[in-house]
Formats: sequence, C-alpha cells, structure tokens
Amino acid sequence: MSEDKTVTRRNFLYITTGSFFAAGSAAVVWPFVHQMNPDASVKALASTEVDLTPILPGQSITVLWRGKPVFIRRRTSEEIAEAKKVSLTELPDPEVDEDRVKNPEWLIMVGICTHLGCIPLGQKGEYNGWFCPCHGSHYDTSGRIRKGPAPKNLEIPQYVFLDDNTVKIG
Amino acid sequence: MSDNYEPSSAIGKWFDKRLPLLTLFAGHVLPYPTPKNLNYWWTFGGILTFCLVTQIVTGLVLAMHYVADAEQAFTSVEHIMRDVNFGWMLRYIHANGASMMFMAVYIHMARSLFYGSYKEPRELIWIIGVFIFLLMIATAFMGYVLPWGQMSFWAATVITNLFSAIPLVGESITNWLWGGYSVGSPLLTRFFTLHYLMPFLIFALVILHVWALHVPGNNNPEGIDVVQGSQDTVPFHPHYVVKDGLALVVFLVIFAGFVFFVPNLLGHTDNYIQANPLQTPEHIVPEWYFLPFYAILRAVPDKLGGVILMVSSIAILAFLPWLDTSKVRSAKYRPLYKQFFWLFIADVILLGYLGAQSADGLFLIISRIATAYYFIHFLVLMPLLGFVEKTKPLPKSISEPVLSKEEREAQVAGST
Ligand code: HEM
Ligand code: FES
Repeated sequence: MSEDKTVTRRNFLYITTGSFFAAGSAAVVWPFVHQMNPDASVKALASTEVDLTPILPGQSITVLWRGKPVFIRRRTSEEIAEAKKVSLTELPDPEVDEDRVKNPEWLIMVGICTHLGCIPLGQKGEYNGWFCPCHGSHYDTSGRIRKGPAPKNLEIPQYVFLDDNTVKIG
Repeated sequence: MSDNYEPSSAIGKWFDKRLPLLTLFAGHVLPYPTPKNLNYWWTFGGILTFCLVTQIVTGLVLAMHYVADAEQAFTSVEHIMRDVNFGWMLRYIHANGASMMFMAVYIHMARSLFYGSYKEPRELIWIIGVFIFLLMIATAFMGYVLPWGQMSFWAATVITNLFSAIPLVGESITNWLWGGYSVGSPLLTRFFTLHYLMPFLIFALVILHVWALHVPGNNNPEGIDVVQGSQDTVPFHPHYVVKDGLALVVFLVIFAGFVFFVPNLLGHTDNYIQANPLQTPEHIVPEWYFLPFYAILRAVPDKLGGVILMVSSIAILAFLPWLDTSKVRSAKYRPLYKQFFWLFIADVILLGYLGAQSADGLFLIISRIATAYYFIHFLVLMPLLGFVEKTKPLPKSISEPVLSKEEREAQVAGST
C-alpha cells in the first residue's frame, strides 16, 4: 500500500454498495436453497412406538421410522457375550457394547449400512451379525463394523423404554 | 464459406436483413469446409445430436402421462405401458435411447482419444464435451430413478449417499438432497424437475461445442492441419450430410432392433418390482454405461477414497490436453500410443465387466489393478510417451498420401 492513497468517499461507497449487494444476494438465494431441506410435514413424523411382546430371544423385527428401517433384535445370551468379549483394538470404529444398548437384551439400531445406505441382512456375514450385500460390509452382534468399506457402526437412534414391553423411537 | 450469400426469395431477403439466420445456415453451416478424409468414426457427433433430440421429444410426451409421486410413479409407468396409445413404444424408445446415446458418446470420445482431437487448438471443444458427458450422466441417473422400481430406489439411495462421504457437512447435504431423512417422494419430485431441465442445458452446451468446433475446424484421421486454399476440404453439404445420414440409418436399424425385439435386454428385471424401502435387492447394479465407474468406486476399501477416485476418473479427462505431451495428434503416427490406446480401451471394458460382478475375492483384486491402470494411463503414460516415443513422419497434406508420384512432384513444384 502506498502512503498517499487515502480512503475517499468513493471507496467507501464502493465497499458499502458491494457489501449490501452480497448480503442481499445471499438473502435472496437462501430461500431457494432451503426449500429443499426436510419440510415441516416430514419433521412432524418424528417418533414411532413399538410393542415388544411378540419378539422372542433370537428374533428381530424391522420397523419404519422417518422412512428408515430400524432393526429391533432381542439378542441371545451367546450374542451378548460375543459382543462383550471383543477388544476395542479390533474395531475400526471403537465402541463398547454397553454404550450401544440401554438393555443388553435389546439391540435397537438404524438398519442402514453406513457405507452407501443399503439394508444389511441379519445373522449373516463373518461376524454372525449383519452383512451388507451391496459392497460387502460385515457387522458384528452389536452392529459394529468389522470388515468392508463401511466407515462406521450401525447408527443407534434415540429411544426410550416407556415400560418393559414398549419402546418409543425418536 | 461464402460471405456474399444472399437469400433468393423476397421474403427471405426481408427476414435475413433483420435476423441473419439464413446467412448463418446457408452461408456458413452448409458450405462449411470439412476435411475430405473424415471416416465413419466422425459420424457420431451427428448421431449424438439426433439422440438428444429423440430423448427430448419422447421425454416430453412421456411427461404428459407420468406422475412424479412415490405412491403413483410406478403405477403411472405401468399405465403408460398398458393403457396409453403407443405408450409402450415411446417408453421403450426413451429407455433404450439413453443406452444408444451412451454407446454413441463412448465411441465419439474414443475417436477423440485415438485421433488426438482434444489437442491444441481443440482443447475447449473437448472440455465442453466433458461437461456434456457429466450432464448426460446426471440426466440418465435421475431418469432411471423416475419409474420408482427397486433398482430406481436403491440406485438413488446408494448414489445420494455418496455425498455423505464428505466430512462434517455430509449428512446435512444428503438430508437436503432428500428433503427428508431417507429417499422418498420429495427426492422423486425434484429429480423429475431436474431430469426435465438438464437435456436443455445439454442442448445449450452442444451449441457451444459445435461453435467452438467451427473455429479451428474438424480434426481428421491424419491429425494434421488442412492446407488453406488447397483441395483438402469439401463443403459439409452435401458430402457429410449424406455420409452422416447413411451412418444414422445404420444406427437407427440397431436402435430399432433393441426397441422392437429386445426392449428389456439392457435393463434390469428388478426394476419391474415396485420400490420397497425395507428390502435391498440381492445384487444392485447400475445401468451398463455406469459400470466402469462403479467398479472404480468399489475397488477402494474406504468410503471417501472410493468417491474421490470415481469422481477423479471423469474429472481427469478435462486435463488430458495438458497431460498428453506429444505434439503429434493422430495415433496413426504414434506407434506406441496406438498400443496403449487399445490397452486403455480393454481396461475400461474390463472395469465394466468387473462393475457387474460381486466385489470380493479375485474380482476385487483385479478391480484394483484395472483401476490403477486407468489412472496410470493418464498420469504416467500420457505425459511420458510424448518424450520417449519416436513418431512416424507426418504427411505434408491430407491429399499427399493418395497422390501418385508425379502428382506429388507437381504439387511440390507448384508450392515452391
Ligand atoms: C450430447 C452429446 C454430444 C453431442 C451431441 C456432440 C456433438 C458433436 C458434433 C456434432 C461434433 C462435430 C462432428 C464430429 O466430429 O463428430 C462434435 C465434435 C467433437 N466432440 Fe462432441 N458431442 C457430444 C459429446 C461429446 C463428449 C462427451 C466429448 C468428449 C468428452 C466430445 C468431444 C468432441 C470433440 C473433441 C470434437 C471435435 C472432433 C473433431 O473434429 O475431431 N463430444 N461433437
Ligand atoms: S452400502 Fe453396504 S457395503 Fe456399500
């Protein structure tokens, strides 16, 4: 910057006009972008209640929550033991089984492969948990990724047990 | 090019004076000087233009009967197939038309690779072409989602999930694309809107593509510049109008063969099952024209890495004019490049085959090797060949190789 360049009235006008133009454009563009985000009616369907009585140990059901499948599995004691004995160093996305369940018997998770969104098949794969046929991701009995292209464990949705036999997802 | 063109009729004169469209066509486009040695590989530009118009016209009439809603889309397509007069034919033309267009564009691009049409001074023609290709990919993908069958749904799911690989903002972007928390009606409606719009954007780019072509003129099989004022060129009309016309008729015979005899050969039967968000089909495979890129995506054991590699495999084409260091355009005079060209084509076909197989065991290993070779071709071989290759001597003009000895001597004597 040379010393003799002073800020003139004109510089000031250029900069303020430019700033107002930029802010105004952004304000106009935003509604056109934001209209594509999930709308009020989509957000309203945010929770689902499920009756757990018909599910026996070793059985699972799939329910739909926000258009996504949610796996609810009543795990057998062997599966729980298997999930607990894995050491964290073997896991690409380390997480202990206790952090993934509220009640070890009930494993509740979003049934969407964290790779590219296919639905994994239950009780398949090398770790006796879930196997995604799309690009070959293997999950264990806690829904943790063990092998394949998926980067993360199967997601745990928010849920609460309303009583012993009812769970509310979302 | 006759600058002194003038319409013969009075109404033509009146119009042309106010808007010189006639001068543009009759004075510039039709007599356009075109190298006289273009072979049939040069007819695919015209064929592509025909394909684009076919897709627009059939798409327009399909849109009169189609309903873009997750509940009704599948049934509305069945309604087109069973109830709408000639609906089955229009839909089969549109569906197979996409495949035919990709067939043509791959040949058109391979032609450019072989004859060095992407090199100076035609870099922009090529780069606009790469953008056309990108838009074609987006258009075809979104169109495939519209019938809302099982393959439509799961293709939409897998491809939109590619964006979730972006660190930090990935999830917000996918939710924004979906207009929800999973693939559903909002996505279908916006895909329909964009699928309708994009062919018109392609059309605009084709105009720029041809405009840019008309500045330096066509490349040709010898890859040398035409000698100004020589007998190297012929007027586009009637010579190439007729040659393109013949190629188009042969192309149409094959096109009609698909439409009327094996309309579902290139499709996937699972797409006749309505979309079910609770069940992923056993094998999800994209349409044949995306298979090589799909194989590259799956070759990498890492989500973000796979996405980056797949995008790069297309983006790298735009840099080809600078990656290729050889001054000689046509592979006819590049003995080494000629062999690597065919190796590259074989590699892409191999990737296409692998894209349709399950991604494990031996297939996965071969996919990785083929993917590596794809990039080595552009990043190592193309830059290197320009330095190590001993090219063959180029002819002095397009006419030279076909002249007799006496004529050649006469030409040399005449030109000095
Ligand atoms: C809808 C798609 C396309 C249409 C309608 C189209 C149309 C045309 C036409 C009419 C020509 C002149 C005739 C010819 O040389 O064949 C041409 C030339 C050319 N196109 Fe395309 N094109 C398309 C896509 C592409 C793509 C995807 C690429 C490359 C990535 C490409 C690269 C070129 C090049 C480099 C030329 C100059 C050819 C030469 O004279 O050697 N085009 N195109
Ligand atoms: S979507 Fe599950 S492995 Fe790719």
